[in-house]
Amino acid sequence: MSAPLIVFFVLAALAVIGALSLILQKHPIHSALSLIVVMVALAGLYLLMGAEFVAAVQIIVYGGAIMVLFVFVIMLLNAGEEEHTDFSKLAKFGGLPLALALTGLLAAAMIHHGSAAPNTTSPDTLASTSQLSTMLFSTFVYPFELTSFLILVAIMGALVLAQREKS
Amino acid sequence: MNAVNSFLTQYGFWVLTIIKIGLLLFIVLTVNAYLTWFERKVVALMQSRVGPHRVGPHGLLQPAADGLKFLFKEDAMPAGVDKFVYLLAPFLALTLSLASLSVIPFGPKPLPFSFFGHQIDLWITNPDIGLLVLFAITALGVYGVALAGWASNSKYPLLGGLRSSAQMVSYELAMTMSVVGVLLMANSFGLTQIIEAQRGRTLWGVLPAWNIVSFHGGFPQIVGFLCFFIAAIAETNRVPFDLPEAESELVAGFHTEYSSFKFAMFFIAEYTSMITVSALCAILFFGGWNSLFPATPFWHFTHYLPSLILIPFGLWVIYDGIKYETLFGRIVLPGLGTAIAAIGAALIVFPAANEFIQGPFWLLSKIFFFLFFYVWARGTLPRFRYDQLMNIGWKLLLPVSIANVIVTAGFVLFRSNR
Repeated sequence: MSAPLIVFFVLAALAVIGALSLILQKHPIHSALSLIVVMVALAGLYLLMGAEFVAAVQIIVYGGAIMVLFVFVIMLLNAGEEEHTDFSKLAKFGGLPLALALTGLLAAAMIHHGSAAPNTTSPDTLASTSQLSTMLFSTFVYPFELTSFLILVAIMGALVLAQREKS
Repeated sequence: MNAVNSFLTQYGFWVLTIIKIGLLLFIVLTVNAYLTWFERKVVALMQSRVGPHRVGPHGLLQPAADGLKFLFKEDAMPAGVDKFVYLLAPFLALTLSLASLSVIPFGPKPLPFSFFGHQIDLWITNPDIGLLVLFAITALGVYGVALAGWASNSKYPLLGGLRSSAQMVSYELAMTMSVVGVLLMANSFGLTQIIEAQRGRTLWGVLPAWNIVSFHGGFPQIVGFLCFFIAAIAETNRVPFDLPEAESELVAGFHTEYSSFKFAMFFIAEYTSMITVSALCAILFFGGWNSLFPATPFWHFTHYLPSLILIPFGLWVIYDGIKYETLFGRIVLPGLGTAIAAIGAALIVFPAANEFIQGPFWLLSKIFFFLFFYVWARGTLPRFRYDQLMNIGWKLLLPVSIANVIVTAGFVLFRSNR
């Protein structure tokens, strides 16, 4: 087993354990912490594929900014342990089969498209920041600008909601 | 012997990296300890006091005494805390702040000898995305403080943790925005590349081409630097932005419920972040290891500045030491002074060593200057009110740093088109 493959399995295991813990933990803060572990493990996987920039941005944006907001809101509301309810009949009977079906579908797609192991032979594909930005501002410029417009709309919505009432 | 040799030739890189990490940790933790001494002394001088002076000459053994005291205090855990998170928080804070030092380059040239065929650079790692790695670590750094406040199961720490997470998210934006100008001018995220882009002179050779004054391929980043430094002070929770631990309002803020060495871990984390931020200021805006003076033969005498500082300082330490009647003062201080003066003299005798020391000398002097600035600010400025803090972050620093990006980008575009 080569070193990158070992690192891949460690990170993958970390991500899966984090994701399971996210669902199974009773307390929101513990769930949020598990999600941070998933984010950081994913960043490690990107790094393994040679996508340095994406890895760093993954930690800065998801691991940092977004999860800090999650933790902040949970702390601000001082949310306690969650209570489990079993209202949903669908979750009780359809949950397991549906989850298995999704897993099977994803596995089939991955097997169809070849190995899911890290592609360490071509580290230059996503590595260079300048390549990435050139792509972003030429080939994908419309999706990029549309996404930023979407975020702008969200910001304006938040501002409208948070505005003080005029007296 | 042969087996060891071949092992080190093959895996020398790993062994070397581990040795370097150990050495850097040792140096940084020692510097941290003496930074507390330095801070207390300087603030004392500003307030016309003496500062620590009982433990050892000039209170020089005070950091050691403090460290021992932290170790021997009872490690109390309050009732009703979330144990895992409560224990995780100080580890997170300390590990992340120490990890950020790993990407900082301390000098341009590798050591003149090699370690079993492996070049010894003055950095632990030098990735192309060094600055992004630093920001990623800073982004995670907030959890140490926020979780400490939450896990303590107490009102004041919770408020401190809330304040810190809001504050750090707000100022992270301004901090990241303010360095974009530097990135545009250097065309790279790598810290060594950013420093090398600041080599040479600007304004007809009058000033060094440091980003703070340079017109080389851009616009002077003085506004960017001010935004960055203010935001960085806020990110490190230092005066005047130390709202998360405002003692007049929140007892001690997020670390109220932490005692013994767990408190010391937050303390060390804070001082390590100060060192990282000072190093970043020096690297991004003040030319890193580039000298203040031109590299012409006329200015070659400035290469003897390290000796010029070390020899008088060593002699003064000897003179100061023999005035003491204690063992430490009589023997250790003159010995230390002799060693410092001898290093200074050796630098004159061996020009190769002197050339090697130039880069680290300038970088460390600049780091020291910014550390002094931190202490200066603490001794001078009163704490901001919470609404003032938020106004400065969102309504002043963020728009100004965005304007700086636009102006710098315009200049960079204008120059590259010519």
